[in-house]
Amino acid sequence: MTEILAGLIAGFIFGLGLCLSGLADPSVVQGFLDVAGAWNPALLFVMGAGLTVTLIGYRLVFGRGRPLWAPRFNLPTSTAIDTPLISGAVIFGIGWGLAGYCPGPAVVSLASGRTEVFVFVTAMITGMIAVRWMRASLAAVPKGLGQS
Amino acid sequence: MHPFLSAAIGGALIGFSVVLLMFLSGRIGGISGIVGGLLPPKLADNWRLRLAFIAGLLLAPLILNAVVGFNGIGAPTVGFAILIPAGFLIGAGSALGNGCTSGHGICGVARLSPRSVVATVTFMTVAVVTVFVMRHVI
Repeated sequence: MTEILAGLIAGFIFGLGLCLSGLADPSVVQGFLDVAGAWNPALLFVMGAGLTVTLIGYRLVFGRGRPLWAPRFNLPTSTAIDTPLISGAVIFGIGWGLAGYCPGPAVVSLASGRTEVFVFVTAMITGMIAVRWMRASLAAVPKGLGQS
Repeated sequence: MHPFLSAAIGGALIGFSVVLLMFLSGRIGGISGIVGGLLPPKLADNWRLRLAFIAGLLLAPLILNAVVGFNGIGAPTVGFAILIPAGFLIGAGSALGNGCTSGHGICGVARLSPRSVVATVTFMTVAVVTVFVMRHVI
């Protein structure tokens, strides 16, 4: 029950933020990325405000020692700046520039009922499944195999 | 409302949401990660949290529209020939790089994670170059 409540409240506030920020409008996003054209700096304000609140908020939350409804914080442990990270970011950047949608705004835009957005999100999910499946099959290779 | 003011309020709400999720559930508020955990080959244990988060995301523009008659959702700028490959790329890229604009760009950078800073600078730069090529070269 607490899981559903936490997800619903946080997701709702996140969605409101996306709707107000301009991120759910691909023309605003591409206007921000178009530094050589009629540059629209609006997203600087989104990132600035978002990072300020999160920097301070995380500090306060981590200071408590543990979350309210979970035994411990679940944080990424990897510190390696490796090929998957960089190539993933490059691939993501190309897609983001091409369409002006990143995952959050794409999901929120489903509420508009537009066919284009459903097709986009289907393609996004297909890309996610492809990589998750690839990673799972690589991880399933028994140790020693392939090391001749 | 001035677009820069609504942008700042929107950003602050996104920040508040990821802080709240960390406070309540101890989780990173990255959308690609939240969605990814609901997909094959393996459903994440906390799928209820993830599904509820997505329900909240979808509810926001509907309620906003009902209350103030505005939801901020814009029209796509490109056709299917671009949307389909672009969608596949953001899906595959965020799964491979373990994060997107929210997970790396907000949560990770706010945690001062070097991985997230590198990822964010990389995808922002590549996105700027992509738009430059689309609009000023081709």
